[in-house]
Amino acid sequence: MTTLGPLSVRLPASRATRRRAWAARLAFFPAWGLVLPAAALSAIGLLLVWSATRNEPGSTLPQRQALSVGIGFALMWAVSRIDLRVLRAYVPVLYLLGLVGLVAVLTPLGRTINGSHAWIVLGDGLQFQPSEFAKAATVLALATALGERRDGERRPGAGAVLLALGLAALPVGLIALQPDHGTALVFLVLTTGMIAVSGAPKRWFAAFAAAGAAGLLLVWRLDLIRPYQLQRLMVLADPDADPMGVGYNATQARIAIGSGGLLGKGLFHGEQTAGHFVPEQHTDFIFTVAGEELGFLGAACVILLMLALLWRGLWIAAKSPSPFGTVVAGGVVCWLAFQTFVNVGMTMGLLPVAGLPLPFVSYGGSATISSLAAVGLLAAVNRRTRTPA
Amino acid sequence: MRRTARQRPSDRGRHRPQGRLTLVFVVVTALMLTLLGRLWYLQIVTGPSYVRAATESRVRSVVLPPVRGQIVDAHGRPLVANETKPQVSVDYMALIHQPDGGTDVLTRLARALGRPYQEIADRARLCARDVPRPCWPGSPYQPIVVADDVSVRTALWIAERQDEFPGVSTALRPVRTYPLGSAAAHVLGYLQPPSPDDPEGGPELIGRDGLEAQYDRELAGRTGIRQVAVDSTGKVTGLIREEAAVAGDTLVTSIDARIQEVAERALTRAVAAARKRGEPADSGAAVVLEAKTGRVTAIADYPTYDPGVWTGGISQHDYEDLPLVSAAVQGQWPPGSTWKVTSTAAAAKAGYSLRSSYDCPGGYKIGGRVFHNFESAELGRMDMRRALVVSCDTIFYRFAEKMWRRDGGLKPVKRPKDPMQAMAREFGFGAATGVDLPHEAPGRVPDRAWKKANWERTKADSCRRAKTGYPELSDRKRAAYLKALAADNCRSGGVWWAGDAANFSIGQGDVLVTPLQLARGYAALANGGTVFSPRIGKQVVRPDGTVVRTITPPVVGRIDASRKTLRFIRDSLAGVPRSGTAAGAFEGYAFKRLPVAGKTGTAEAYGRQDTSWFASFGPVKKPKYVVVVVVSQGGTGGTTAAPAAREIWEGIAALAHDKKHDKKKDKRKR
Repeated sequence: MTTLGPLSVRLPASRATRRRAWAARLAFFPAWGLVLPAAALSAIGLLLVWSATRNEPGSTLPQRQALSVGIGFALMWAVSRIDLRVLRAYVPVLYLLGLVGLVAVLTPLGRTINGSHAWIVLGDGLQFQPSEFAKAATVLALATALGERRDGERRPGAGAVLLALGLAALPVGLIALQPDHGTALVFLVLTTGMIAVSGAPKRWFAAFAAAGAAGLLLVWRLDLIRPYQLQRLMVLADPDADPMGVGYNATQARIAIGSGGLLGKGLFHGEQTAGHFVPEQHTDFIFTVAGEELGFLGAACVILLMLALLWRGLWIAAKSPSPFGTVVAGGVVCWLAFQTFVNVGMTMGLLPVAGLPLPFVSYGGSATISSLAAVGLLAAVNRRTRTPA
Repeated sequence: MRRTARQRPSDRGRHRPQGRLTLVFVVVTALMLTLLGRLWYLQIVTGPSYVRAATESRVRSVVLPPVRGQIVDAHGRPLVANETKPQVSVDYMALIHQPDGGTDVLTRLARALGRPYQEIADRARLCARDVPRPCWPGSPYQPIVVADDVSVRTALWIAERQDEFPGVSTALRPVRTYPLGSAAAHVLGYLQPPSPDDPEGGPELIGRDGLEAQYDRELAGRTGIRQVAVDSTGKVTGLIREEAAVAGDTLVTSIDARIQEVAERALTRAVAAARKRGEPADSGAAVVLEAKTGRVTAIADYPTYDPGVWTGGISQHDYEDLPLVSAAVQGQWPPGSTWKVTSTAAAAKAGYSLRSSYDCPGGYKIGGRVFHNFESAELGRMDMRRALVVSCDTIFYRFAEKMWRRDGGLKPVKRPKDPMQAMAREFGFGAATGVDLPHEAPGRVPDRAWKKANWERTKADSCRRAKTGYPELSDRKRAAYLKALAADNCRSGGVWWAGDAANFSIGQGDVLVTPLQLARGYAALANGGTVFSPRIGKQVVRPDGTVVRTITPPVVGRIDASRKTLRFIRDSLAGVPRSGTAAGAFEGYAFKRLPVAGKTGTAEAYGRQDTSWFASFGPVKKPKYVVVVVVSQGGTGGTTAAPAAREIWEGIAALAHDKKHDKKKDKRKR
């Protein structure tokens, strides 16, 4: 099976050597179809974070985000260089590290920032969200469980699926304790997606869905749902019910986006953004800045870039010769897709308000770095595709 | 490349994830397309409405209230002025969004103001059909004033504690003050918040009655607006547009505050005196006009009220008790003998010599019924001058009957001349004067056509009453009278009898005039026949002193009577206060200083006491003012109204004397 990666160009032998040297240098980023959208989204994100914080004198948020993007790209490159087989050997360590981080959040080391007890503060200005890194670790762990095939086995067996569910349940439980239901949901979705992609029998899939439904029912019956969460759902049904209270975020977000029109008000010219009408605008509600300042054309670009990245990820998953690679790529795609849909849907009043960042675009070091690292994982899978083992 | 999920047996053992990946592909693509669709809907389809919403959330409009113009008298003395006072207002919409509906805030506010909670809460509620006053009759989106006599200290104390008093605002606002107290209250009118369904209603109070309503647009000035950009916390980030408020114009009236006060005092005293004599004296009015120009010098009403009650909330009890109807422009009574000036002019025009002598018997028989003089006095032969001075009725009955016959009597000619009605209309009766006050009553000059129309309107009721009588009345005599009257009306109520004509000639029966109409009629008599539409407003002046417009009372008609006739009538009326029906009231009056002529009127009404009238003008030879006084149920014109008129004339004379004196002093100084 010949694969034409974006850089595989046949050239005459004389120049080929030189070209190959170029290619080797450029091999930092082995999959341009992934890197270009990720870079574009990160760049747009930087501009939007800058715009959203432009009226805060002395704000260093854009610089910090730039640093995170830099670290993220470095990590992406590093991850993409790792041979998947080597990576697979370290999965248990990464998974355990992720769990340790999540447990640490629940100890006195954890901090509550912006109402979410999801942080570990290491020093002045140095803080991170273990749940973001746990996403990548969990993807790898589940892939290990679902991607190992005994000889002659076409699909993962019952044991593999159960193991995967167990591996997913630990971080989900820990995150639910924070509590950060949005992130927990991301884990559930990527787990579902990975089990599906792994080719596990449909009955597992059905069982998993049934368990999910039962869980929801349990949450409902036991009154585990909190009043504010219920209110967020009610607001979704009737956005104008309480425009100054629970519905404030949603209402202001829709006003900001809606007022952008086709072409937007221009970068750094959004009046709603300047007036800080939308809370959390540089993080979870960054898409409203895109909507207001860049208009439909710009905001649609953000969505289309993400779609391009996701398609490329699925393409890589399809091309991966190993089930492990396929499942890793599928997991990353589900993770990014779900998070994007929930985040953007929430700003546009399609979904209830949930604290999930928009990958690559929202301000946030941990999320940015782990999302870019996830792109690195896709690239690593891609590399295996191009140089069959 | 892509295969379906179902795989061939030969593929067994090979990694073929495409089927599930296709599913993921479809789901992911669908999700992103959903986002794109929603984005399109928000930004393109419904975008304009969000642009509006964004502007609303970002722009705050601050209304800059203008200072309302003053109303001053002819000499610049304020009749309505402004006084700056701190006011405390609440935002109704902000209050009802409080968890407890604002009870807590209002309780604290009441404590801070040192007022009972109920008072503040009552003033902050919206008026509705079943909500008694005090309540807010304006829009819920305007600040509701709940206290307007707050000390500056208290206002500042509240203003500094915005977090304790959400929705409460304080501002220095001009409050209307009335230096003359209750004087001319009906003329000045009052202010109220615009009703919520008034499309042009702004935040400012608007004139609801009197001059405040009539000249509202000029007095109000123009509301300014300041639009500022705010951020989400409401902090002002910049000025978008500012349009300064324009202060209202000052209305200069022709009212003379001192004469107004004299008139008020005289009227009040006349009412008090009448009551002492046992008359009900339930209402009254005094009108002073400039005879030559038609300008209003004074209008006093009884009962009146202190217009200060409108400042601040007014209780339901007070509101219901307020005498809001002006007797001078809305009160209508038969004019009694004051009417004889028109009848005399009509007779002269119809060819009766005013200097001939006529018999004045005690009674005059018309159609089988004897019409009497006042107290059936037998007065002998006299000329018209004497007839007016002693107020002989029977001479006018004869004139009226003869005119009625000439018009065909019970079988009227096609176009009856109705000389008396025609002359009454020339004097301006039967039509609103058009004075610059709202809600003026038109009065009534009855004739054949009116009586027929009135009969047709009331026939059904009269005929029913003719059958059933008035069983609900305990007064048997009265019930019997009314039943007979109803039977009469049912049968032939539409006929203009000779008796009707007789009654008309002496201002009794169905004739109705307002005091202002009578004053205008006498002004026309005094000035040689010019009928004005009286005006109170004289000039509209900008705050900087430039005159916006000058108001002149328009001439609306001329009395078609010879100058000689009018002079004769004027000269005749000069005898009334000296030796006629008003001689008692004017006993000892200094005629030399200010000679006055006038006519008493005593209008009868069945079941009520007589309406007391006195209509006068002076000086007799060159009339300057007209003074008309009426006291409803006040007895005869000579006993109640004439003394009040005398008091007003004496006041006018004293003021004129002062003025002359002042001028002399000025000359001496120079």
